[in-house]
Amino acid sequence: LPGVKSTVAGATVMEKLTAYKDVTSYNNFYEFGTDKSDPAENAHTLKPRPWSVVIEGECAKPGRFGLEDLLKVAPMEERVYRLRCVEGWSMVIPWVGYSLSELLKKAEPTGKAKYVEFTTLADKAQMPGVRSGVLDWPYVEGLRIDEAMHPLTLMAFGLYGEVLPNQNGAPLRLVVPWKYGFKSAKSIVKIRFVEKQPVSSWTKAAQQEYGFYSNVNPTVDHPRWSQATERRIGEDGLFAKRRPTLMFNGYEAQVGQLYAGMDLKKNY
Amino acid sequence: MTSAPTSTAAASPTTAPRRPPAKRHPLLHPAAKVVLFLVCLLPLAWYVFGAFADRLGANPAETLIRGLGDWALRLLWITLAVTPLRTWTNQPALARFRRMLGLFAFFYASLHLLAYGWLDKGLDLADILRDIGKRPFILMGFTAWMLLVPLAATSFNRAIKALGAPRWQALHKLVYAIAVVGLMHFIWMRAGKNNFAEPLVYGSILAVLLGWRAWRRLRR
Repeated sequence: LPGVKSTVAGATVMEKLTAYKDVTSYNNFYEFGTDKSDPAENAHTLKPRPWSVVIEGECAKPGRFGLEDLLKVAPMEERVYRLRCVEGWSMVIPWVGYSLSELLKKAEPTGKAKYVEFTTLADKAQMPGVRSGVLDWPYVEGLRIDEAMHPLTLMAFGLYGEVLPNQNGAPLRLVVPWKYGFKSAKSIVKIRFVEKQPVSSWTKAAQQEYGFYSNVNPTVDHPRWSQATERRIGEDGLFAKRRPTLMFNGYEAQVGQLYAGMDLKKNY
Repeated sequence: MTSAPTSTAAASPTTAPRRPPAKRHPLLHPAAKVVLFLVCLLPLAWYVFGAFADRLGANPAETLIRGLGDWALRLLWITLAVTPLRTWTNQPALARFRRMLGLFAFFYASLHLLAYGWLDKGLDLADILRDIGKRPFILMGFTAWMLLVPLAATSFNRAIKALGAPRWQALHKLVYAIAVVGLMHFIWMRAGKNNFAEPLVYGSILAVLLGWRAWRRLRR
């Protein structure tokens, strides 16, 4: 899946890429199990084709879009983003996709569309983890409309120039690089424009630990661990020092204004 | 944690043995302890090999910290299983392995703490203390380790003599509390991700191990 180098500001991080092997073998994708190695082991049962996404809610042109059409919405771009997991580890990944805004604009959201809700596949036949009660399936995530429309918010179809491996959220997933990884919903089947703030699956599971915004923020700790530092996967072996976590994961220049005047401790 | 000469658990079974003990029992062979010692070192050997051969996955530090914690719990559970197993299988000779198993539980718990302090906290003592003060699940783990220290420190025969068996035994009853605190540490660690499958297994086994003791005590 080829992509041209993105011209969006901040879309190409100049840091060493995380190895393809690590990117595709160390994943949180609970639909395939709770261990990081489970998705790589179990996700072969996922059938990413044929696939379609329903776009509905507060918009003028709702509809069901097949994967072939979704792939043609805008030219594919390569974007090298930092990924910061809420658990305190990070990677640098070359994604392939286009700005989510390109797709959302096609549906012509109305003035009532204040938020966007993403629902992902929850099929017991394809996803063994869905039988467990770890989360209330299907996995739901949400963004404020201005966050969803931000050019850095990526609809990704590939990584490392390839079609997305199943364990990374095939056939299409969100990548919101300034938020903790779990905000970037995988294997999306529904996009809904809504007026009220959606309740994310992780917020539902543990409200004090996972807020709606979940912006990467070294000054707001998770209740059970510090978010001030992170471990870069594959970096310099076992005794490598953890590196300091950057505000908005290093995308403050691009996204800081979205949160001007907001108390980020309260809106964690 | 060690085999006290007059431990209540060591009291002769109330029922007669179902079969006479075999003549040269393999559990009594001097080599048995050496074999057990080497077996208990296997997890560590695997982690050392894995660290050098890059076989610990994408996040080796996490694999090490969690793996060493897992083995600390497992060995503590195995230590607690010695007395029930001895009774159920009518193998009094099992008692001679209890001290070594308990010390290995302490050994892996210490490595777990060291790995956390070193790999996660860069041996920054102030940072570690802040972490203990701030986060209940870290405090739980640290408490369990601290409570293990006096047991390990009094695990040799002269300590038993110096303390006197009753006092020594009372002290070593702490192991039950340590197991519960260790389990809480594990549950709390997993709570944020709602992932209780493994803590449930450990909890169920501990319930059997401690429940059996309580039941036996009540029956007397």
